[in-house]
Amino acid sequence: MSLVLHQFRYDQKAFWRNPASVFFTVMFPVVLLLIFATIFGSQTVDVRGGIKTTTYYVPAIITLSVISATMQSLAMSLVIAREDGRLKRGRGTPMPAWVFIAGRIGNSIVVALMMLALLALIGNVLYGVAIPWDRLPAIVLTLVIGAAAFCCLGIALTAAIPSQDAAAPIVNALLLPLYFLSGVFIPDDQLPSGVIHFADAFPIRHFFEAFFDAYVPANGGGGASVSWGNLAIVAIWGVIGLLLAVRFFRWTPRGG
Amino acid sequence: MPDPVISIRGLTKSYGDNEAVRGIDLEVHAGEVFAFLGPNGAGKTTTVEILEGYRKRSGGEVAVLGEDPERAGGQWRERIGIVLQSCRLDPYLTVRESLELYAGYYASPRPVDEVVELVGLGGKADERTGKLSGGQQRRLDVGMALVGDPELLFLDEPTTGFDPQARRQAWEAIAGLRQLGKTVLLTTHYMDEAQQLADRVAIIAAGEIVARGTPEDLGDRDSQPTTISYRGPEGEVSLSTATPVQTLNELTGRALAEGFELQNLEVRRPTLEDIYLELTEQEVPPA
Repeated sequence: MSLVLHQFRYDQKAFWRNPASVFFTVMFPVVLLLIFATIFGSQTVDVRGGIKTTTYYVPAIITLSVISATMQSLAMSLVIAREDGRLKRGRGTPMPAWVFIAGRIGNSIVVALMMLALLALIGNVLYGVAIPWDRLPAIVLTLVIGAAAFCCLGIALTAAIPSQDAAAPIVNALLLPLYFLSGVFIPDDQLPSGVIHFADAFPIRHFFEAFFDAYVPANGGGGASVSWGNLAIVAIWGVIGLLLAVRFFRWTPRGG
Repeated sequence: MPDPVISIRGLTKSYGDNEAVRGIDLEVHAGEVFAFLGPNGAGKTTTVEILEGYRKRSGGEVAVLGEDPERAGGQWRERIGIVLQSCRLDPYLTVRESLELYAGYYASPRPVDEVVELVGLGGKADERTGKLSGGQQRRLDVGMALVGDPELLFLDEPTTGFDPQARRQAWEAIAGLRQLGKTVLLTTHYMDEAQQLADRVAIIAAGEIVARGTPEDLGDRDSQPTTISYRGPEGEVSLSTATPVQTLNELTGRALAEGFELQNLEVRRPTLEDIYLELTEQEVPPA
């Protein structure tokens, strides 16, 4: 376990010093939130009997930032490390493989929690979106289960990425359309029901719904804050990702 | 005599119809620097990666530090260090941090500062690895392989693509390993590198060992004829002789007696390069 912490410490250093990871994982969601709030801030969204747009976008962009810190960041950084030969080099040491993976997953989950704090704070200070302190356990539980599942999916996805250059296009080609279709970029009430049914076939929509339920109180407050049904579907996706990762993950470079 | 550090018998490796390694026998003993010399595609890396446990062999027997690399675990990995043929470093960690990260993987690592000095990166310890030159990065690769204080080091083409100065520096770092009493197996396609660094050399071509010995006596270089060439009254002359002292004596005696000069006089033993090219001529030598 102390070896996992050791690995995690150096992963953290490398993460925060890498301008690409800081921009795409940390800055990009913040910028998105500012843009959506600025453009649509005065409108309302017709969910839960009508809520402010900003109240909608804070949990939506937190959802995106969690997926970005986990699936996107892991898939890209692991492919780069694999093609650099760094994963292969690590396999030549006594460090067990699971320690390395656990360090990376820990790194992603910690960054995801930081993004939760950062975006919740910005939403609260700039747009008056209440931070639901009383629902914090449900929020953190939902986030951690989602983060773990999307980590597994990200690790599995590396098997489908042949080179460093292909990493960003493949990851974005998967995620960007699903953000639109799942109601992350465009509020639910403006999406045709057919689109939402389609998005329901993928994990992003379910994670977003679960996180939204945890973050935004139902009418009159209270109500179930953990959306177990949606979380279960996200978890199943995570397990599928894990199985694929165990079967197909490569430590050695594909190119040569 | 103690057991060899590396022992290989009848090693073969095929990829489909392609036989990359075709029956290699080899022993490497403790404290020895052993070089695999051969052109690209000769099977050097395949062989070394089988010894490192990265690849499975098709046939034959292999023991490295008394264990079969295909089945060996963490205890065994404590005792070996690996420099891969091509491997980058995390560009956002410093030299010291990279070594500290790897030191943490081993039960009894060498002190990091000592390793930094050993590979000649004393002034660069707090530099990010992305800012190091190619030669400095390669020396850090050696440091990363060394930080676990292994008994046996694998160096796969440690200086390929380097400028002469970077090669010289990498050689110094590798020569330092000998002083630490490490056993080293290195691969290279540079003749001078094998000559400079190795106690023993095996030339490998098309998956087979075609010659082996010390750099001095490789391919019976001792008993090969010496070439003497000069320009005299008859024009350009080149003779091949097994008794160069006698031939030279006669030649200079005649030149003195008849009063002519032996211009461009050259006495040449076959170089390691000559032997190497002769033995590997079916292969295309690297550019």
